Amino acid sequence: MLNPELIRKDFPILQQQINGHPLVYLDNAATTQKPRSVIHRLVHYYESENSNVHRGLHELSNRATTAYEAARERTRTYLNAAEADEIIFTRGTTESINLITHAWGLSQLKPGDEILLTEAEHHSNLVPWQILAQRSGAALKFIPVTANGASLDPAGLDTHLTPRTKIFAFTHISNTLGLVNPAAEFCRRARANGTLTLVDAAQSAGHRPLDVREIDCDFLAFSGHKMAGPTGIGVLYGRRTLLESMPPFMGGGEMISSVSYDSVKYKPAPYKFEAGTPNIADAIGLHAAMDYLDSLGRAAIAEHDMHLAAYAHEKLSGLGFLRILGPEQGRAGLVTFAMQGVHAHDVVEMANVHGVALRGGHHCNQPLMKKLGTPATARASFYIYNTPAEVDRLASVLQKIHDYFVR
Amino acid sequence: MNLDELYQTVILDHAQRPRNYGELPQATVFVQGDNPTCGDEVTVYLKISPDQKIEDIKFKGAGCAISQASTSLMTLKVKGKTCAEALALNDVFHDMLAAPEVPPLPPGFGDLKLLEGVRKFPQRVKCATLGWNAMKQAILEARG
Repeated sequence: MLNPELIRKDFPILQQQINGHPLVYLDNAATTQKPRSVIHRLVHYYESENSNVHRGLHELSNRATTAYEAARERTRTYLNAAEADEIIFTRGTTESINLITHAWGLSQLKPGDEILLTEAEHHSNLVPWQILAQRSGAALKFIPVTANGASLDPAGLDTHLTPRTKIFAFTHISNTLGLVNPAAEFCRRARANGTLTLVDAAQSAGHRPLDVREIDCDFLAFSGHKMAGPTGIGVLYGRRTLLESMPPFMGGGEMISSVSYDSVKYKPAPYKFEAGTPNIADAIGLHAAMDYLDSLGRAAIAEHDMHLAAYAHEKLSGLGFLRILGPEQGRAGLVTFAMQGVHAHDVVEMANVHGVALRGGHHCNQPLMKKLGTPATARASFYIYNTPAEVDRLASVLQKIHDYFVR
Repeated sequence: MNLDELYQTVILDHAQRPRNYGELPQATVFVQGDNPTCGDEVTVYLKISPDQKIEDIKFKGAGCAISQASTSLMTLKVKGKTCAEALALNDVFHDMLAAPEVPPLPPGFGDLKLLEGVRKFPQRVKCATLGWNAMKQAILEARG
């Protein structure tokens, strides 16, 4: 069992007041706050270890390289990947997915091929595929969501996996619906169809245990800043055989073994996909974040996440003037809603006056929101330091907002 | 922070009962605007006479109280004015919201002044100017 009251003390930013009220930070799906241990690790790196990595021969370069590669190995264990060479550091989930669409997609796909997504994808797991489809001539297909976004169409995978489906990319946890997709089952069925898989783990990597060998996906992407880690760092996990067969994404220093004016030899993965000086400090910060989360226990984190989500769903439904998107049961830690008679911007504005941080808009899910008939919604998303009392506060503030606008 | 400065009675009234709401089948030009602070969209329809007067104006869209009210107030002010006058009014309105100093407001500015409170909520300036920008775009498009 997590103790969020105790956990909060590790997060300096949560101690402040907003407009005379204690900060109730409920925008974790957008980004999470960082514990002292992560902040201090970054400071220590810059105060004692900083240097460029991989080719320096001096002491500081050794320290930086050791710490950076230790972060890679730590990520391997965090995901239970087979080899550290399967871990590529990127800027985030979006860049990881673009790496695949460019390096794998452009070299593999041709007209007649199909890319399978779902209707519940974040723009970062939609737009790169749209670009790839346009450039390669492949077709984009979508597994539909059911009414109100409660689930994916159960027959959807069966009807949409065809002999032409080359890759199936899907979100593990939807950032608007709170829907949790059965990643291992999806990957098993795709594999049986000869289809590769990419799991968008942006919302799941910091919220529950993640085992890439159990899920048995081909690619998996996530961001450090959504799991108590720094911004500007993310991970792409890729099956070694696939990474070896892929051409590079970006070219530059650090990813070559030799260059002449008219030819180049690339390093093997993962270095082949890490052009230029990497985001060294933040990879090391991510390592500290992983250690912090595992010190709490990711199973305990998942339990807290689901419990708070269920409590919030119950409390907010009880208000009687909210339309809540997503599943009735078994949702992950967020609640997206539309308030009758009050636009999301106005809800979020007034919540802010009361110290409650929500997000309003389409949450990078524009086509999904349009399909569900909710162009603008507000979202409360939870993390390890949020409490049931904060959910109560949210409900009471939403009541105040409704009373203010609906006269 | 006083939300009553932002959501004054007149503003809420316009948000809930927007004036000149609807489509204009005989529009000379129409433009759809989207708010980068996602979740608002508005389409502004103009009927412009040969002597460059805005004979009729309507708008449709979904958006927050600020964007709806601001667009509604805009249509009341701009209807019957020349395109040049409408563009000038747009500049003053924009400056009232976003310039370092509030400029002198022309006579007849009226209820538009009620939106001055948006200055204290900089994230909402884009909501308040959404319909105005679409109106300006429409005029410029009609000019060709």
